Amino acid sequence: MRIELTVNGAKHVLDIEARTTLLDCLRDHLGLKGAHAGCEHGVCGACTVLCDGAAVRSCLMFAPQAEGSTITTIEGVTPAPGELSPVQDAFCETHGMQCGYCTPAMILTAHALLAGNPDPTRDEIVEAISGNICRCTGYAQIVEAISLAAERMRGTNTPGGPRP
Amino acid sequence: MSAQHFRFVASDRRVREDRRFVAGKGNFVADVVLPGTLHVALVTCPHAAARIKSIDKRAALKMPGVRYVIDGAELAAGTDVLMAGLDTPNVPRRPLAFEVARYSGEWVAAVAAETRAQAEDAAEAVEVGYEPLPFVLDAEKAMEKNAPLVHEKHGSNVLLDRAFVWGTVEEDFAASPRKLSLRVKWARSSTVPIETFGVVARWDPGGDILDVWASIQMPRYAEQIASALKIPSSSVRVHYDVDVGGSYGVKRGIKHSVLVGYLARRLGAPVRLIEDRLENMRGGDAHGPERLFDVEVAFDNDGTVRSMKMQALENLGAYAGRSPFQLGKPVGSIVGPYKIKSVQYRAIAVVTNKTTQDAVRGFGQGPTNLALERAMDEIANTLGLDPLEVRRRNLIRAHEFPYLIPSGTTYDSGDYETVIGKVLADTDYNALIKERDRLRAEGKLAGIGIAACLEPSGGNATFEALLNPKITTSTFMDSCRINVDGNGTVTATMHTTSSGQGHETLVGTVIGEVLGIHPDAIRVTRPDSLNSLPSGTPVGSRMAIMLGGAAFHAAQKLMDKLTAIGAHDLGIPRERAVYEKGDVYDRHKPADRRSWAELVGIAHRNIHRMPASMEPGLATSHIYSVPTGGALPAADGRVQMYPCFSFEFHLLLLTIDPDLGTPRILRYRVGHDCGTQINPKIVRGMTMGGIAHGIGAALYEEFAYNDEGQLIAQSFMDYLLPSSHEVPAIKLIEHETPSPHTVFGQKGSGESGYLGAPAAVANAVNDALRPLGISINTLPLKATKLGDLIAAARAKSATTA
Amino acid sequence: MKSAPFAYSRPADVDEACALLAADDGARVIAGGQSLVPMMAMRLAWPTRLVDIARIASLSYVRDEKDAVAIGACTRQCAIERDQVVARRLPLLARTMPFIGHGATRARGTIGGSLAHADPAAELPLIAVTLDATLSYRLNGNTGDIAARDFFQGLMMTALPAGACLASVRFPVWPGKVGSGFHEVNARRSDFAFVAAAAQVQLDEDGKCRRIAIGVGAATATPIRLGAAEKALTGIVLGGKQVADAVRDALSDIEPLDDLHASAAYRRRAAAALAARAVADAKTDAERARHAH
Repeated sequence: MRIELTVNGAKHVLDIEARTTLLDCLRDHLGLKGAHAGCEHGVCGACTVLCDGAAVRSCLMFAPQAEGSTITTIEGVTPAPGELSPVQDAFCETHGMQCGYCTPAMILTAHALLAGNPDPTRDEIVEAISGNICRCTGYAQIVEAISLAAERMRGTNTPGGPRP
Repeated sequence: MSAQHFRFVASDRRVREDRRFVAGKGNFVADVVLPGTLHVALVTCPHAAARIKSIDKRAALKMPGVRYVIDGAELAAGTDVLMAGLDTPNVPRRPLAFEVARYSGEWVAAVAAETRAQAEDAAEAVEVGYEPLPFVLDAEKAMEKNAPLVHEKHGSNVLLDRAFVWGTVEEDFAASPRKLSLRVKWARSSTVPIETFGVVARWDPGGDILDVWASIQMPRYAEQIASALKIPSSSVRVHYDVDVGGSYGVKRGIKHSVLVGYLARRLGAPVRLIEDRLENMRGGDAHGPERLFDVEVAFDNDGTVRSMKMQALENLGAYAGRSPFQLGKPVGSIVGPYKIKSVQYRAIAVVTNKTTQDAVRGFGQGPTNLALERAMDEIANTLGLDPLEVRRRNLIRAHEFPYLIPSGTTYDSGDYETVIGKVLADTDYNALIKERDRLRAEGKLAGIGIAACLEPSGGNATFEALLNPKITTSTFMDSCRINVDGNGTVTATMHTTSSGQGHETLVGTVIGEVLGIHPDAIRVTRPDSLNSLPSGTPVGSRMAIMLGGAAFHAAQKLMDKLTAIGAHDLGIPRERAVYEKGDVYDRHKPADRRSWAELVGIAHRNIHRMPASMEPGLATSHIYSVPTGGALPAADGRVQMYPCFSFEFHLLLLTIDPDLGTPRILRYRVGHDCGTQINPKIVRGMTMGGIAHGIGAALYEEFAYNDEGQLIAQSFMDYLLPSSHEVPAIKLIEHETPSPHTVFGQKGSGESGYLGAPAAVANAVNDALRPLGISINTLPLKATKLGDLIAAARAKSATTA
Repeated sequence: MKSAPFAYSRPADVDEACALLAADDGARVIAGGQSLVPMMAMRLAWPTRLVDIARIASLSYVRDEKDAVAIGACTRQCAIERDQVVARRLPLLARTMPFIGHGATRARGTIGGSLAHADPAAELPLIAVTLDATLSYRLNGNTGDIAARDFFQGLMMTALPAGACLASVRFPVWPGKVGSGFHEVNARRSDFAFVAAAAQVQLDEDGKCRRIAIGVGAATATPIRLGAAEKALTGIVLGGKQVADAVRDALSDIEPLDDLHASAAYRRRAAAALAARAVADAKTDAERARHAH
């Protein structure tokens, strides 16, 4: 079937099978490989993308269901080739990953969290990422990355840098 | 070299790989897209054991997009059996079941179609006629006389039964005033990476080359594919620049790769098989050890352990590749960090009708540590002594290194008491005991868990020769090549894949350190197998030692060459020339020097200024062999297994809800010593991640089967990986005791969190249950199981009261 | 793990959805899809047509009615979680929302989808039963109502007539100050529960229990009310022992599920413990509400 998707600010008209998940559509039809298949049954969160700003599992949506919504992938939060968002940079600073497979999803989840809560507590960060399974890190450096990103983002518009 | 002399090593620098991952630009196998690729889906056996009577492919072949359906008979005719570790010729392993399927989920046939969805549609339409056969799931039952045989021709379900005696075990037992025995069971679990295994293969008939992209972490991968496909290894080109989405041992999809390689040749098209999660859990052959220990210890009244008898019975599942060797590696640290003078060890491996295993983080060391550390706690419990005190009385002292253990391995270095002391300086042990007792007084179940453990590192594979006398391999290598191009930029190569260990950062850091140039200026690439030098791959916690060692020596060779060129051009004897950060100068007249650019120019363009008979260019390489390696096991099994031994000490406080059985970790401290840390960020991540993985094995994870032999934990709904909720905030306390065997004093760090955490958690749970008079030694310690146990104990005490 | 092929329709209104369902026995409604899609991926469900009702605006609302709050079937769980009317008028539902799946599944999942799916371990069916909610559906151009206690008939089985489309759920609001409690036990904090318990309490001026509702989910094939315990506890001060005895007695004749995750005996014990905790929380909450007043 023919569908129209808005992904990372661009409109795409696609001819796909209805059974194509949003995840497969992004990867196979739009070449956006940053969303990863981990379990394909909605548990691991490796396929997380933003749908109208909310972190959602793209393996639990068929692509036609996404018509009319605004989809953002990791490629969409990367400011420019070679540049990183504050969240991406914070993940590098703390080494909030190892194999990198769950990382784009984790970063998008962090983006969604920080958009609504610029100063999350540790518990709030833990809760926000609890639907994204990371097998490598034990989460410590991921929590630190999100906390660091929040601190930096809060400071961005504060004269004199980050608040004490 | 001591830490203060390092410029880049041991500094908290970023990990270079991270930049591509945060941008979603990792190159994972599923991202490899070749035009015209066919997708494979699998037809799997629904029975625990069955004879395959018929396979009707007709309906499937008529379905849209379907190009081919292959069964086990065709594949068996066209390929050789897969490599086995043990000498068991009557236990053949093939990618697709041939004549008999031996576990539920085993692959029986495969469909190749234009899309994965079409392949799945057609897989459902392949009609297989089965005659169900008797089956056996339990390892002890598999050893009984009348047990159904998993491999009839082998004549028994036992693949391995070796007993070793090191030292005067019987005498020591007879002389000891105290003895105890316990049974400990490590449940069937695994590493379960978030990326499943995947492989893409393309055959080039003109060039006779099979190109392979795979999420692989396995020694001799290209060679094994070539052997099974009966083609020269030089016709298999494995692309090592594929990022592997987690492995921790299990990404060894040899059967997938042979199947896909065969299809790619047969169909003349690129073929890919990316396991879905069900295929991965049921038939990916990536389960880990399921091990039953019977441990006996003989000890004095003060807790000094004199001797140990350990029997390990491994439930291998239906086939065996290298998995039985996981009973061999623990021989090299069988006494852990303790001075136990004599040991009897019996290792038994049996086949059953469960999914096949592969290597899991620690290669058998995690289960062994669990058994040993549970025994240490029970000794303390029996004697009424503090478990920490009992451990301290048995620890190897810092001045006793190098320390030879009864099974023939010499530990390199360590300072266990100092590491423990640092943890206790951070967390007052007596205060922790008071907190536990306060929680108990409030009616809660609370326990303290302690575990010490060693992480053997350096990845020597002598366990192969130990358990299979036909194998005489004593050489385990890794390698690095460095080339400085005509513009003076440095490119280094490593010769295997990575699955999150930061090897490119490792290589850059080491070469930068030796050459005195900034690591970020060093390009590190991973060429394909045909352009590579030997690599033992990132197994056995070995890359910091092995790849680091190779990079170090390759860089030293390059530095030597630059020094020689500089000395020659300065007209001074070689001994007077000093290399420093890329320049070479005269020790007597430091102003006389040649810069990096000049030296590069000479090597690349001015052979007339080179020392006579020196090769032009600036390319060096080094193939590094495992330190302390090179000897085969003695007849009684004594062997120098691995070269280096990292140490960890875990301390935690946990509560259990008395009504629900739910455990909750309140505090977790770990002391860690892996020698010099080449990149502290990476070491920290490995340790934290290992502990989380160990908490999973202790409390949540099990490939559970029902009585019919069906794997019931086959999705992420039932196989429970810890989420951020289940992993507590962990405080890591570092100490560095350098290894004398390695180039910077580094040891391995990829496993120890996982090797110690299960034992520490199990000890904490048992401490919490102790006031109820109960104990549990079977993982996973699931809340519901604990709840039932607690309720039974309470009911019993209510009736006796 | 790809779904079997199906056709996809996005009707403009509920009656068009019903017509699509009527035309195809294999058609199924999809809203958030958070339960249905995994089943399709594993090929445990293979609808021939998906009727996507998520965009039907008239099915997405939270409406404060005089003595009840009505919620449209397609209202996303995340919207209910944040809704001020729900927070004020349906404290038990508000308290329970964060326990449902993860943020990412609540962002897509709908209240109607969870109710219609009728997973015994799901939280929303339990709350619907505990609060005596009424579910409304459309069929053949007509509206029908089913009480929550009659709606859930077995493991993933409901009384929703074939071809009907769930339209809304109406939760009665208890007048005055009430307290609520919710507890569940699972292996990991965000998993489906082995057992869940919910309670809502209203106290009189003397601190005695004027009205109480206690529900237990996941222990049995459908959520249950502990009617005998509610009866025993009404009119008395909710002491720990009275509550524990009452819920234990009320649970003595249930037939708990028994599976890989938890034994029947475990579920029975956990149900008693959690129900007692839920009641205790509800009582404390009610006392606080009274004092705040």
